[in-house]
Amino acid sequence: MSAIEIQGLEKVYSVGFWRTRPKRALYPLQLAVEDGEIFGFLGPNGAGKTTTLKLLMGLVFPTAGSARILGQHWTDPAVKAQIGFLPEQPYFYDYLTAHELLNYYAQLSGVPAKQRTRKVEDVLQRVGLKDVKGVQLRKFSKGMLQRAGIAQAILHDPKLIFLDEPMSGLDPIGRREVRDLMEELKARGKTVFFSTHILSDAEALCDRVAIIHQGKLRGEGAVEELTSSVQGQVEVVWQGTQVPASVKALGGECHVTGETTRAVLPETKQDAAIDALRRERLRLVSIIPLRTSLEAYFVEKVQHVETSAGGKV
Amino acid sequence: MSARLYYIASNTFREAVRDRVLYNLIAFALLLSAAAILVGQISMSIEKLVVINLGLTAVSLFGVVIAIFVGISLVSKEIEKRTLYTVLSRPVRRWEFIIGKFFGLAGTLVVNTFFMAIGVFAALLYVAHHFTRPDALMLVAFYFIILEFSIICALALLFSSFSTPLLSAIFAFSLFVIGSYSDDLRSFAAAATGPTHWLTTAVSYLVPNFSALNVISAVAHGQSLSGQLILHNTLYALSYTALALSGAVLIFERRNLK
Amino acid sequence: MNERTNTTVIASLCLVFFLGTTVVVGRSLDHLRPQGPAEDVLYLDSPKLAKRASLGYDGLMACLYWTRAVQYFGHRHHEHAPTFNQLAPLLEITTQLDPHMLVAYEFGANFLAPAPPNGAGEPARAIQLIEYGIQHNPPDWHLYYNLGFIYYLDLKDYTKAAQAFAQGAQVPDAHPFLKTMAAQMAQHAGEFSTARMLWTTTYDTSNDELIRQSAFDHLRALKVDEDVTHLQEAVTQFGEQTGRLPASMAELLASMHVPGVPVDPENMPYRLDKTGRVLVANPDDFPYLTRGLPPGYKPLPPYARAHQ
Repeated sequence: MSAIEIQGLEKVYSVGFWRTRPKRALYPLQLAVEDGEIFGFLGPNGAGKTTTLKLLMGLVFPTAGSARILGQHWTDPAVKAQIGFLPEQPYFYDYLTAHELLNYYAQLSGVPAKQRTRKVEDVLQRVGLKDVKGVQLRKFSKGMLQRAGIAQAILHDPKLIFLDEPMSGLDPIGRREVRDLMEELKARGKTVFFSTHILSDAEALCDRVAIIHQGKLRGEGAVEELTSSVQGQVEVVWQGTQVPASVKALGGECHVTGETTRAVLPETKQDAAIDALRRERLRLVSIIPLRTSLEAYFVEKVQHVETSAGGKV
Repeated sequence: MSARLYYIASNTFREAVRDRVLYNLIAFALLLSAAAILVGQISMSIEKLVVINLGLTAVSLFGVVIAIFVGISLVSKEIEKRTLYTVLSRPVRRWEFIIGKFFGLAGTLVVNTFFMAIGVFAALLYVAHHFTRPDALMLVAFYFIILEFSIICALALLFSSFSTPLLSAIFAFSLFVIGSYSDDLRSFAAAATGPTHWLTTAVSYLVPNFSALNVISAVAHGQSLSGQLILHNTLYALSYTALALSGAVLIFERRNLK
Repeated sequence: MNERTNTTVIASLCLVFFLGTTVVVGRSLDHLRPQGPAEDVLYLDSPKLAKRASLGYDGLMACLYWTRAVQYFGHRHHEHAPTFNQLAPLLEITTQLDPHMLVAYEFGANFLAPAPPNGAGEPARAIQLIEYGIQHNPPDWHLYYNLGFIYYLDLKDYTKAAQAFAQGAQVPDAHPFLKTMAAQMAQHAGEFSTARMLWTTTYDTSNDELIRQSAFDHLRALKVDEDVTHLQEAVTQFGEQTGRLPASMAELLASMHVPGVPVDPENMPYRLDKTGRVLVANPDDFPYLTRGLPPGYKPLPPYARAHQ
């Protein structure tokens, strides 16, 4: 069963003083997210990622279309009990302590009184905020707030978690922690849907991704597949700064970096290169087949739109 | 459902308290003490009159200001700061949010008024040295003031469900001022003719009738208040509050939270 | 979508329902409370306090108090109230807040000075009010006129009235009658023609409905007074000539060689009673009447008349 099925959700805002000018935020979107996967929703800023999330959360009402979440109509209140949501750059009641905040959210999520304390303690432990649970949120750093945000999203043990730019504003350690957490959620059988514009995170974490730009879906697929196309090139790195003529003759570019040299050659010349280096007694450091990165795929999809439509769709 | 209402209401109350709103009580206490002492020193024959008039007026005005500013921030601030998103992603109905906030805010004001009432009675005791029967009427005045707050809170929520914090505060405050001159509005309406008459009459019914709820002058002079008036004012305040809250719920339900 | 629609429908129904209840209870509340300021308690009965409380928005407050004054008077008149204690303070506050509100002074002259039930019965305060107005405004003949009005009508102090009218006559664009009135005061103060002149001027120059109505009623009463006086003189003459009272109005009229039957402004003929008194047919038709009334007659408050 699909965790999320988006069936043609679209959103057009009416802007202007008299609310007559239409402004399209999202074209009819058709998308499915499977159970138990980590799904990345990628796009530049203003692409429509947050709009999509808000539509799914029921914060904004669609102009047309519908969606099913965990098999139920997306506006069904029963659904809310099984999902968690972390908004972009969240802000919480800063007069509350972490403990009070999570307790309040637990109350609202309908966690029975007996289990509340335990669940709150557990989740504080998991996100590493146990030591500061009695500190008012107004004193929290950005990273701590983000962790509190994740805490409230998972506290009631939801099956599906939505995260909007969960890494934003975090330092590398923070980002690592969030990534670990997301992997942990997947290990527990949860489904994670997150939006981001940081592709390296998506590449590392996601099973599948979708790319959205200017309100339209531009590309979709499993990360494995999208990045598996071998360009047909290899990167050869050897010790030393010399570039032997025999290697140069094979074509490709050579760069010297510090004490090593790097050459990008067609895959077919791989063996010839190795032989050449051995003859010259140069020590081989590494041979790596070059793959398409997600970034390249992304850029291709996005740029294609911008050039073909002259910048605006 | 009722559990969530209670949780939202008590969280709202907690917010108001931590927001140092109740510190206004200190300012109030200072004001009233100073007035009482001053009046006691000068010993004119109208000490009671001054203390009751000043005390009740201060309770009313302080409360209205709190009701408006805290009430506005309740919804507007939540939307601005996006604390609302994490609340609404839970099984919380939008109407529960509004009604819960209302009870939290109203509760804060009742508690606030309670402490202020003690202060006024204390000041009265200081200048008059003992209570007399008519002083019990002040309890009715306090009750009417609470009814007033109920209406203002509901209006604050209504405006902040669709407007910016600044505009909401302006609207709510304007309605408070106009509503206080409700009797005069009716006079204008009675004296007007033609379409102006109908228009001003309609407006005078739409605007909250705070003139009826303001019995400060009567109580200061020890005049009795009929049971009928108490009943009518209660029904009116409940009705108007429900009206404003219905509007707030309706608007908030339909609103896109961009 | 279902729940959202449900909530929308229920909230809309509640909105309409509570709007209805608010209006209904609101109206009921209005009927319960006396209109205008509480019976005899004015929240701020000192003009100085009122001025301070208005935080500089004097003009608006003045308008507010003026409206209250008019409503207060009109309402109490309608209710046959015996006193108008709040009228003087209301007018005083109004003029303190806005000394240039001339209509307030005119109102004072017409309704503050006369005795109840036609007014508050406070001519001294009315005079104070107008003198305040004269002090705070550039020379305006209306104010002197109002002053003279009070002296003439309520205090019957014809000397002072003459003075006031004379002062008014000196103001550049004064109404021509002021000079005449000043002159009349000297010799003909008690005459009908003088009174008629006064009331006609009031009727012609005032913009306030209540005041004009009052002037109109006064003029009607004046006509009756005049008629009754003439007829009564004729009765006396008849008595001197014939040594007895006329047997009927017809006989009296025949002796006077008057064609037709004299009628009052309501087209009712005058009557003659057994004791030779000339009586008006329906005294209730004429507020302010002083002659032609049957013995023991108590006049209705003027504005009750209007609603019969």
